[in-house]
Amino acid sequence: MHELGLMSGVADTVVESARQAGAERVISVHLRIGDMAEVMDEALQFAWEVLRDEDPLTKDAELEVDYVHPRSLCVSCGNEFEHDRFHLRCPACGSAETMLLSGRELDIVGIDIETPDDAPN
Amino acid sequence: MAEKTVSIETSMLSRNERLATELRERFRAHQVYVVNVLSSPGSGKTSTILATNERLRDRYRCAVIEGDIASDVDAVTMKEAGLPAVQINTGGLCHLEGNMISQAVDALDAGVGLDAIDVIFIENVGNLVCPVDFDLGENLAIMILSVPEGDDKPVKYPGIFQHAGALLLNKVDVAPAFDFDMSAYNAVLDDLNPTAPRFSVSATKGDGMDAWCAWLSEQIEAARA
Ligand SMILES: Nc1nc2c(ncn2[C@@H]2O[C@H](COP(=O)(O)OP(=O)(O)OP(=O)(O)O)[C@@H](O)[C@H]2O)c(=O)[nH]1
Ligand SMILES: [Mg+2]
Ligand SMILES: [Zn+2]
Ligand SMILES: [Zn+2]
Repeated sequence: MHELGLMSGVADTVVESARQAGAERVISVHLRIGDMAEVMDEALQFAWEVLRDEDPLTKDAELEVDYVHPRSLCVSCGNEFEHDRFHLRCPACGSAETMLLSGRELDIVGIDIETPDDAPN
Repeated sequence: MAEKTVSIETSMLSRNERLATELRERFRAHQVYVVNVLSSPGSGKTSTILATNERLRDRYRCAVIEGDIASDVDAVTMKEAGLPAVQINTGGLCHLEGNMISQAVDALDAGVGLDAIDVIFIENVGNLVCPVDFDLGENLAIMILSVPEGDDKPVKYPGIFQHAGALLLNKVDVAPAFDFDMSAYNAVLDDLNPTAPRFSVSATKGDGMDAWCAWLSEQIEAARA
Protein backbone atom coordinates (compact mmCIF):
# COMPACT_ATOMS: atom_id res chain seq x y z
CA MET A 1 0.00 0.00 0.00
CA HIS A 2 1.86 3.04 -1.21
CA GLU A 3 -1.13 5.13 -2.24
CA LEU A 4 -0.43 7.71 0.46
CA GLY A 5 3.11 8.25 -0.85
CA LEU A 6 1.91 8.51 -4.44
CA MET A 7 -0.87 10.92 -3.56
CA SER A 8 1.44 13.10 -1.51
CA GLY A 9 3.46 13.64 -4.71
CA VAL A 10 0.22 14.38 -6.56
CA ALA A 11 -0.80 16.94 -3.93
CA ASP A 12 2.55 18.75 -4.26
CA THR A 13 2.26 18.87 -8.05
CA VAL A 14 -1.35 20.03 -7.90
CA VAL A 15 -0.66 22.86 -5.45
CA GLU A 16 2.35 24.02 -7.48
CA SER A 17 0.41 24.02 -10.76
CA ALA A 18 -2.59 25.73 -9.16
CA ARG A 19 -0.41 28.52 -7.72
CA GLN A 20 1.31 29.05 -11.06
CA ALA A 21 -2.05 29.34 -12.76
CA GLY A 22 -3.24 31.90 -10.19
CA ALA A 23 -5.97 29.65 -8.78
CA GLU A 24 -8.12 30.71 -5.86
CA ARG A 25 -9.11 27.12 -5.33
CA VAL A 26 -8.86 23.74 -6.97
CA ILE A 27 -12.24 22.26 -7.93
CA SER A 28 -11.06 18.85 -9.06
CA VAL A 29 -7.97 16.77 -9.75
CA HIS A 30 -7.90 14.33 -12.68
CA LEU A 31 -5.85 11.16 -12.72
CA ARG A 32 -5.47 8.43 -15.36
CA ILE A 33 -4.68 5.00 -13.96
CA GLY A 34 -4.15 1.73 -15.76
CA ASP A 35 -5.96 -1.37 -14.52
CA MET A 36 -2.59 -3.09 -14.24
CA ALA A 37 -1.08 -0.51 -11.88
CA GLU A 38 -0.88 -1.72 -8.29
CA VAL A 39 -3.16 0.84 -6.66
CA MET A 40 -6.61 0.59 -5.11
CA ASP A 41 -9.31 3.17 -5.77
CA GLU A 42 -10.50 3.33 -2.15
CA ALA A 43 -6.96 3.81 -0.88
CA LEU A 44 -6.36 6.63 -3.38
CA GLN A 45 -9.57 8.38 -2.39
CA PHE A 46 -8.80 7.95 1.30
CA ALA A 47 -5.28 9.32 0.86
CA TRP A 48 -6.64 12.31 -1.06
CA GLU A 49 -9.19 13.10 1.64
CA VAL A 50 -6.37 13.25 4.16
CA LEU A 51 -3.92 15.18 1.99
CA ARG A 52 -6.21 17.79 0.46
CA ASP A 53 -6.65 19.43 3.87
CA GLU A 54 -2.96 20.29 3.98
CA ASP A 55 -3.39 23.28 1.67
CA PRO A 56 -6.33 25.73 1.60
CA LEU A 57 -6.21 25.63 -2.23
CA THR A 58 -7.12 21.94 -2.36
CA LYS A 59 -9.33 21.47 0.69
CA ASP A 60 -12.55 21.08 -1.32
CA ALA A 61 -11.04 19.48 -4.43
CA GLU A 62 -12.60 16.25 -5.68
CA LEU A 63 -10.43 13.43 -6.97
CA GLU A 64 -11.59 12.04 -10.33
CA VAL A 65 -9.93 8.95 -11.70
CA ASP A 66 -10.24 7.54 -15.20
CA TYR A 67 -9.29 3.89 -15.29
CA VAL A 68 -7.65 2.65 -18.48
CA HIS A 69 -8.14 -0.91 -19.73
CA PRO A 70 -4.98 -2.65 -20.87
CA ARG A 71 -4.29 -2.71 -24.64
CA SER A 72 -1.50 -4.54 -26.40
CA LEU A 73 -0.06 -4.77 -29.89
CA CYS A 74 0.83 -8.18 -31.31
CA VAL A 75 4.33 -8.05 -32.79
CA SER A 76 3.67 -11.20 -34.83
CA CYS A 77 0.45 -10.25 -36.63
CA GLY A 78 -0.07 -6.54 -35.91
CA ASN A 79 -3.37 -7.07 -34.10
CA GLU A 80 -4.17 -4.41 -31.51
CA PHE A 81 -6.38 -5.75 -28.72
CA GLU A 82 -7.92 -4.90 -25.37
CA HIS A 83 -7.46 -7.46 -22.60
CA ASP A 84 -7.81 -8.08 -18.88
CA ARG A 85 -5.02 -8.45 -16.33
CA PHE A 86 -4.58 -12.15 -17.03
CA HIS A 87 -4.59 -12.69 -20.79
CA LEU A 88 -1.66 -11.04 -22.50
CA ARG A 89 -1.44 -13.37 -25.51
CA CYS A 90 -2.72 -12.20 -28.90
CA PRO A 91 -6.30 -13.50 -29.26
CA ALA A 92 -6.00 -13.49 -33.06
CA CYS A 93 -2.85 -15.58 -33.59
CA GLY A 94 -1.95 -16.84 -30.09
CA SER A 95 1.48 -15.22 -30.17
CA ALA A 96 3.25 -14.37 -26.90
CA GLU A 97 5.21 -11.58 -28.57
CA THR A 98 3.05 -8.64 -27.62
CA MET A 99 3.77 -5.09 -26.47
CA LEU A 100 1.71 -3.41 -23.79
CA LEU A 101 0.44 -0.09 -25.19
CA SER A 102 -1.53 1.02 -22.16
CA GLY A 103 -2.76 -0.28 -18.82
CA ARG A 104 0.08 0.66 -16.47
CA GLU A 105 -0.55 4.43 -16.38
CA LEU A 106 -0.20 6.36 -13.14
CA ASP A 107 -0.67 9.87 -14.57
CA ILE A 108 -1.75 13.24 -13.34
CA VAL A 109 -3.89 14.56 -16.21
CA GLY A 110 -4.73 18.03 -14.92
CA ILE A 111 -6.85 20.15 -12.61
CA ASP A 112 -9.97 22.27 -12.78
CA ILE A 113 -9.48 25.52 -10.93
CA GLU A 114 -11.31 28.70 -10.05
CA THR A 115 -9.46 31.93 -10.84
CA PRO A 116 -10.33 35.58 -10.16
CA ASP A 117 -11.80 37.23 -13.29
CA ASP A 118 -8.73 39.40 -13.73
CA ALA A 119 -6.29 36.52 -13.56
CA PRO A 120 -3.69 36.37 -16.33
CA ASN A 121 -4.36 33.70 -18.94
CA MET B 1 -14.79 34.09 -10.76
CA ALA B 2 -13.80 32.03 -13.73
CA GLU B 3 -13.28 28.32 -14.06
CA LYS B 4 -10.55 26.81 -16.11
CA THR B 5 -8.80 23.55 -16.79
CA VAL B 6 -5.05 23.32 -16.39
CA SER B 7 -3.32 20.45 -18.14
CA ILE B 8 -0.49 18.82 -16.18
CA GLU B 9 0.16 15.49 -17.97
CA THR B 10 2.93 14.02 -15.90
CA SER B 11 3.50 10.65 -14.29
CA MET B 12 2.74 10.28 -10.60
CA LEU B 13 6.04 8.45 -10.55
CA SER B 14 8.03 11.03 -12.51
CA ARG B 15 10.55 11.54 -9.74
CA ASN B 16 11.22 7.82 -9.39
CA GLU B 17 11.31 7.41 -13.18
CA ARG B 18 13.93 10.14 -13.48
CA LEU B 19 16.04 8.45 -10.82
CA ALA B 20 15.62 5.05 -12.49
CA THR B 21 16.86 6.48 -15.79
CA GLU B 22 19.90 7.97 -14.03
CA LEU B 23 20.58 4.66 -12.30
CA ARG B 24 20.26 2.73 -15.54
CA GLU B 25 22.81 5.04 -17.20
CA ARG B 26 25.15 4.71 -14.25
CA PHE B 27 24.93 0.90 -14.25
CA ARG B 28 25.55 0.84 -17.98
CA ALA B 29 28.56 3.16 -17.75
CA HIS B 30 30.18 0.78 -15.23
CA GLN B 31 29.02 -2.40 -16.98
CA VAL B 32 27.02 -3.53 -13.97
CA TYR B 33 24.10 -5.91 -14.54
CA VAL B 34 21.32 -5.41 -12.00
CA VAL B 35 18.73 -7.95 -10.89
CA ASN B 36 15.72 -6.81 -8.82
CA VAL B 37 14.63 -9.82 -6.73
CA LEU B 38 10.94 -9.89 -5.79
CA SER B 39 8.92 -12.32 -3.65
CA SER B 40 6.80 -12.67 -0.53
CA PRO B 41 8.60 -12.69 2.81
CA GLY B 42 10.48 -15.96 3.26
CA SER B 43 10.16 -17.36 -0.29
CA GLY B 44 13.91 -17.62 -0.61
CA LYS B 45 15.33 -14.35 -1.96
CA THR B 46 18.41 -14.45 0.27
CA SER B 47 18.96 -18.19 -0.31
CA THR B 48 18.58 -17.79 -4.08
CA ILE B 49 21.03 -14.88 -4.25
CA LEU B 50 23.57 -16.88 -2.22
CA ALA B 51 23.16 -20.01 -4.36
CA THR B 52 23.38 -17.94 -7.55
CA ASN B 53 26.53 -16.19 -6.35
CA GLU B 54 28.12 -19.58 -5.61
CA ARG B 55 27.67 -20.52 -9.26
CA LEU B 56 28.59 -17.16 -10.79
CA ARG B 57 31.46 -16.09 -8.58
CA ASP B 58 34.23 -17.57 -10.74
CA ARG B 59 32.99 -15.49 -13.62
CA TYR B 60 31.32 -12.42 -12.14
CA ARG B 61 31.90 -10.32 -9.05
CA CYS B 62 28.53 -9.95 -7.35
CA ALA B 63 27.27 -7.50 -4.74
CA VAL B 64 23.96 -7.12 -2.94
CA ILE B 65 21.63 -4.31 -1.91
CA GLU B 66 19.35 -5.52 0.86
CA GLY B 67 15.97 -3.87 1.33
CA ASP B 68 14.12 -4.56 4.56
CA ILE B 69 11.62 -2.67 6.62
CA ALA B 70 13.98 -3.11 9.58
CA SER B 71 17.12 -5.07 10.64
CA ASP B 72 20.34 -5.96 8.87
CA VAL B 73 20.30 -9.75 9.25
CA ASP B 74 20.27 -10.41 5.49
CA ALA B 75 23.18 -8.01 4.85
CA VAL B 76 25.16 -9.74 7.60
CA THR B 77 24.44 -13.12 5.98
CA MET B 78 25.63 -11.80 2.62
CA LYS B 79 28.85 -10.37 4.06
CA GLU B 80 29.55 -13.66 5.81
CA ALA B 81 29.30 -15.30 2.40
CA GLY B 82 31.90 -12.85 1.10
CA LEU B 83 29.48 -10.62 -0.84
CA PRO B 84 29.77 -6.84 -0.58
CA ALA B 85 26.39 -5.83 0.83
CA VAL B 86 24.60 -2.59 1.65
CA GLN B 87 21.54 -2.62 3.87
CA ILE B 88 18.62 -0.25 3.27
CA ASN B 89 16.01 0.06 6.00
CA THR B 90 12.83 1.45 4.52
CA GLY B 91 11.40 2.31 7.93
CA GLY B 92 8.00 0.84 7.16
CA LEU B 93 7.82 1.54 3.43
CA CYS B 94 6.66 -1.58 1.59
CA HIS B 95 8.99 -1.33 -1.43
CA LEU B 96 12.32 0.15 -2.51
CA GLU B 97 12.49 3.41 -4.48
CA GLY B 98 15.12 4.91 -6.74
CA ASN B 99 16.51 7.38 -4.20
CA MET B 100 17.29 4.53 -1.77
CA ILE B 101 19.08 2.61 -4.51
CA SER B 102 21.10 5.71 -5.49
CA GLN B 103 22.38 5.99 -1.94
CA ALA B 104 23.16 2.28 -1.73
CA VAL B 105 25.02 2.42 -5.05
CA ASP B 106 27.03 5.40 -3.74
CA ALA B 107 27.97 3.26 -0.75
CA LEU B 108 29.04 0.34 -2.96
CA ASP B 109 31.03 2.75 -5.13
CA ALA B 110 32.77 4.20 -2.07
CA GLY B 111 33.47 0.66 -0.84
CA VAL B 112 34.63 -1.91 -3.40
CA GLY B 113 33.94 0.48 -6.30
CA LEU B 114 31.41 -0.01 -9.10
CA ASP B 115 34.09 -0.98 -11.60
CA ALA B 116 34.92 -3.95 -9.39
CA ILE B 117 31.32 -5.19 -9.59
CA ASP B 118 29.70 -7.11 -12.45
CA VAL B 119 26.32 -7.96 -10.98
CA ILE B 120 24.20 -6.32 -8.27
CA PHE B 121 21.30 -8.22 -6.76
CA ILE B 122 18.71 -5.97 -5.17
CA GLU B 123 16.75 -7.95 -2.57
CA ASN B 124 13.50 -5.99 -2.49
CA VAL B 125 11.13 -5.84 0.48
CA GLY B 126 9.08 -9.07 0.68
CA ASN B 127 5.81 -7.91 -0.93
CA LEU B 128 3.87 -9.08 -4.00
CA VAL B 129 2.17 -5.77 -4.77
CA CYS B 130 4.02 -2.52 -4.25
CA PRO B 131 7.49 -3.11 -5.76
CA VAL B 132 5.92 -3.60 -9.21
CA ASP B 133 5.33 0.12 -9.82
CA PHE B 134 8.86 1.21 -8.83
CA ASP B 135 11.56 0.94 -11.47
CA LEU B 136 15.00 0.75 -9.86
CA GLY B 137 16.98 0.97 -13.09
CA GLU B 138 17.43 -2.80 -13.11
CA ASN B 139 18.15 -4.93 -16.18
CA LEU B 140 15.96 -7.77 -14.94
CA ALA B 141 13.25 -8.25 -12.33
CA ILE B 142 12.74 -11.82 -11.12
CA MET B 143 9.85 -13.19 -9.13
CA ILE B 144 10.44 -16.06 -6.72
CA LEU B 145 7.40 -18.07 -5.64
CA SER B 146 7.97 -20.92 -3.21
CA VAL B 147 6.03 -24.18 -3.29
CA PRO B 148 4.45 -23.82 0.19
CA GLU B 149 2.74 -20.57 -0.89
CA GLY B 150 0.53 -22.45 -3.32
CA ASP B 151 -0.13 -22.56 -7.06
CA ASP B 152 -2.86 -19.90 -6.94
CA LYS B 153 -0.54 -16.93 -6.35
CA PRO B 154 -0.42 -15.81 -10.02
CA VAL B 155 -4.22 -15.59 -9.94
CA LYS B 156 -4.16 -13.52 -6.76
CA TYR B 157 -1.20 -11.29 -7.64
CA PRO B 158 -1.17 -11.09 -11.44
CA GLY B 159 0.76 -7.80 -11.55
CA ILE B 160 4.04 -9.08 -10.21
CA PHE B 161 3.95 -12.32 -12.24
CA GLN B 162 3.26 -10.32 -15.39
CA HIS B 163 6.02 -7.82 -14.61
CA ALA B 164 8.83 -10.33 -14.00
CA GLY B 165 11.40 -11.15 -16.69
CA ALA B 166 12.03 -14.59 -15.17
CA LEU B 167 9.92 -16.70 -12.81
CA LEU B 168 11.55 -18.97 -10.24
CA LEU B 169 9.60 -21.61 -8.36
CA ASN B 170 11.66 -22.30 -5.24
CA LYS B 171 11.65 -25.02 -2.56
CA VAL B 172 10.79 -27.76 -5.07
CA ASP B 173 12.60 -30.16 -2.73
CA VAL B 174 9.60 -30.03 -0.38
CA ALA B 175 7.03 -30.40 -3.18
CA PRO B 176 5.94 -33.91 -2.04
CA ALA B 177 4.63 -32.41 1.21
CA PHE B 178 2.41 -29.87 -0.58
CA ASP B 179 -0.27 -30.34 -3.20
CA PHE B 180 1.12 -27.68 -5.54
CA ASP B 181 -0.67 -28.09 -8.88
CA MET B 182 2.08 -27.51 -11.43
CA SER B 183 -0.23 -27.64 -14.44
CA ALA B 184 -2.65 -25.11 -12.95
CA TYR B 185 0.29 -22.82 -12.14
CA ASN B 186 1.69 -23.12 -15.66
CA ALA B 187 -1.69 -22.68 -17.33
CA VAL B 188 -2.21 -19.26 -15.71
CA LEU B 189 1.32 -18.14 -16.56
CA ASP B 190 0.97 -19.25 -20.20
CA ASP B 191 -1.54 -16.43 -20.65
CA LEU B 192 -0.26 -13.98 -18.05
CA ASN B 193 3.44 -13.97 -18.90
CA PRO B 194 4.17 -16.30 -21.81
CA THR B 195 7.65 -14.88 -22.55
CA ALA B 196 9.40 -15.08 -19.15
CA PRO B 197 11.35 -18.33 -18.71
CA ARG B 198 10.37 -20.45 -15.70
CA PHE B 199 12.83 -22.30 -13.49
CA SER B 200 11.99 -24.86 -10.83
CA VAL B 201 14.70 -24.65 -8.20
CA SER B 202 15.75 -25.47 -4.70
CA ALA B 203 18.00 -22.68 -3.49
CA THR B 204 19.18 -24.67 -0.51
CA LYS B 205 19.50 -28.13 -2.12
CA GLY B 206 20.67 -26.92 -5.51
CA ASP B 207 18.06 -28.44 -7.84
CA GLY B 208 17.65 -26.45 -11.05
CA MET B 209 20.14 -23.78 -10.02
CA ASP B 210 22.56 -24.56 -12.85
CA ALA B 211 19.88 -24.02 -15.51
CA TRP B 212 18.83 -20.72 -13.93
CA CYS B 213 22.44 -19.53 -13.63
CA ALA B 214 23.24 -20.51 -17.21
CA TRP B 215 20.30 -18.47 -18.45
CA LEU B 216 21.23 -15.51 -16.23
CA SER B 217 24.83 -15.60 -17.52
CA GLU B 218 23.49 -15.41 -21.07
CA GLN B 219 21.49 -12.31 -20.15
CA ILE B 220 24.53 -10.69 -18.54
CA GLU B 221 26.64 -11.38 -21.64
CA ALA B 222 23.91 -10.10 -23.95
CA ALA B 223 23.72 -6.84 -21.98
CA ARG B 224 27.47 -6.33 -22.40
CA ALA B 225 27.56 -6.94 -26.13
N1 LIG C 1 13.42 -26.61 1.92
C1 LIG C 1 13.83 -25.46 1.42
N2 LIG C 1 13.94 -24.40 2.22
C2 LIG C 1 14.36 -23.24 1.68
C3 LIG C 1 14.70 -23.12 0.29
N3 LIG C 1 15.07 -21.86 0.04
C4 LIG C 1 14.96 -21.18 1.21
N4 LIG C 1 14.55 -22.02 2.19
C5 LIG C 1 14.33 -21.68 3.61
O1 LIG C 1 13.27 -20.75 3.70
C6 LIG C 1 13.54 -19.80 4.73
C7 LIG C 1 13.50 -18.39 4.16
O2 LIG C 1 14.52 -18.26 3.17
P1 LIG C 1 15.20 -16.89 2.82
O3 LIG C 1 16.17 -17.13 1.74
O4 LIG C 1 15.68 -16.23 4.05
O5 LIG C 1 13.93 -16.10 2.27
P2 LIG C 1 13.78 -14.52 1.95
O6 LIG C 1 12.83 -14.41 0.83
O7 LIG C 1 15.13 -13.93 1.79
O8 LIG C 1 13.14 -14.01 3.32
P3 LIG C 1 12.90 -12.48 3.77
O9 LIG C 1 14.15 -11.71 3.40
O10 LIG C 1 12.72 -12.58 5.23
O11 LIG C 1 11.69 -12.03 3.05
C8 LIG C 1 14.89 -20.16 5.31
O12 LIG C 1 14.68 -20.95 6.45
C9 LIG C 1 15.54 -20.97 4.21
O13 LIG C 1 16.46 -21.91 4.68
C10 LIG C 1 14.59 -24.30 -0.51
O14 LIG C 1 14.86 -24.31 -1.71
N5 LIG C 1 14.13 -25.42 0.10
MG1 LIG D 1 15.96 -12.27 2.78
ZN1 LIG E 1 2.49 -0.91 -0.35
ZN1 LIG F 1 -1.21 -11.85 -33.23
